[in-house]
Amino acid sequence: MSVSQLQHKLENRSFVVTGETGPPKGTNMNQCLHRAENHLKGRCDAVNVTDNQSAIMRTGSLATCRLFMDRDMEPVFQMVCRDRNAIALQSDILSAYALGIRNVLALTGDHQALGDHPQASGVFDLDSVSLLKALCTLESGRDISGNVLDGAPKFCKGAVVTPGAEPVEPQIIKMEKKVEAGAQFFQTQAVYDIKQFETFMKRVEKFNVPVLAGQVILKSAGMARFLNANVSGINVPEHLISKLEKDKEAAKSGQTGARICADFVKEAKAMCQGVHLMTLGWDHLVPDIFEMADLG
Amino acid sequence: MLVSEMKPDEEILDMLEMVHSIYLVGCNGCAEVCKTGGAKAVAAYRKFLETQDKEVSGICNVDFLCNNVLTGTRLVREIEPIDRSEAILVFSCGVGVQVVGAVVDKPVFPAANTISMGGHFGLWPGAEKCAQCGNCVLGYTGGICPVTGCAKSLVNGQCGGTTRGGDCEVEKGRPCAWLQIYERLKTIDRLDLYRRILAPQDKSKLMPGVKQRKTLYWAIDQDVKRKE
Repeated sequence: MSVSQLQHKLENRSFVVTGETGPPKGTNMNQCLHRAENHLKGRCDAVNVTDNQSAIMRTGSLATCRLFMDRDMEPVFQMVCRDRNAIALQSDILSAYALGIRNVLALTGDHQALGDHPQASGVFDLDSVSLLKALCTLESGRDISGNVLDGAPKFCKGAVVTPGAEPVEPQIIKMEKKVEAGAQFFQTQAVYDIKQFETFMKRVEKFNVPVLAGQVILKSAGMARFLNANVSGINVPEHLISKLEKDKEAAKSGQTGARICADFVKEAKAMCQGVHLMTLGWDHLVPDIFEMADLG
Repeated sequence: MLVSEMKPDEEILDMLEMVHSIYLVGCNGCAEVCKTGGAKAVAAYRKFLETQDKEVSGICNVDFLCNNVLTGTRLVREIEPIDRSEAILVFSCGVGVQVVGAVVDKPVFPAANTISMGGHFGLWPGAEKCAQCGNCVLGYTGGICPVTGCAKSLVNGQCGGTTRGGDCEVEKGRPCAWLQIYERLKTIDRLDLYRRILAPQDKSKLMPGVKQRKTLYWAIDQDVKRKE
């Protein structure tokens, strides 16, 4: 039986759309919640809530997930292994369940050196693979030390993969390990090269697990070049960069980026089971993307 | 002094599951004192391996395995039996295992866990090579240590942060250890080891247990005080 709407749709082989929101740095939740309510609610099947994304300290994912639920939006609780030891991670998993959260995404997490607290220690007692295993162990009614729980949680468990990594084989091996460790769906790093994505999908078909293609809306040619040069596994093809360059106003308003995203989604529909939209604050473009890509 | 303890036999046999002929390399330095190395310990383990249907193709004991130049010149004389073997089992600290892995293109497996180096760090750059974690995983990682090499000490493979040039997300010029491990395992045709899911590191092992403490300088200090 499905534990969440997301899992239900994944199991029914429907095309799934997930969004993503980063909690604010501070206590003012209004903008984050309003944006999600106005643009993602009723469109996205579930919304990821990031966990101190990019190692930048913010309001927590757990609390924000619950606030989303209070507003009738289904959250995906992102968990990284950087900030909590094995005790705190398991405790937060139980807390999430107690609060009604049913989707969890297991990640290793960016190194603390990349964020705004480079002086902090990185824990990494667990990694993305062992966190997935820990989730399954908790579901079986025990903690990872073997102690019996009074009541066990049940989640829809996700993980991530980078289809554009070079070489891609170690990514695929790790994906296989995540499947073995209990991952029930995957969201990918942003992909723009449809041919590359198609090749990747053919290679991972054998795992028989739903994949949601990641999309970061391109805001400018400069941003695309920056991603190409600095972010591992992101390749924005040159013809898309020229599109962004041709009409600077359209790029600035987000129309070009939304169009590029919608075009990708239309093609990806035949290849995978959904898309994961990472809007980086441009949630207002999501309705347009839905319309242009003929999403339900 | 560098302290190590033998891995359980079951773990060693599990690592050597797909291997029949094995070459043994022992260290006559600190490992001999800890009885994880030295001619006597290695010869005894040979007998054990033979009872487990393994073929031992040869043994080489080196005075200080952490001395990469010395180890290289000693192993050069053993090319023939090493070539005949599918893997090398190394009786030393984690530094010694990595030295052997770096000079020979064969899968290397650690027979011991390195639990503390109380002061002495071996002759080949120590702290960067071995963290004395007490859960040696070198047997699954082609003799390249992810605990020291990976900025997050991940034991289950590459994270998403490797740069286009193969560097770690943390520092330009610092190679991604997991990419190195992947390349190495591919070279020695043991990518099956990458597929293994390893248990989280037992961090309680970072502090050596009472039994080992007597070999550490601060425990010796305690002993002296007690005698006074």
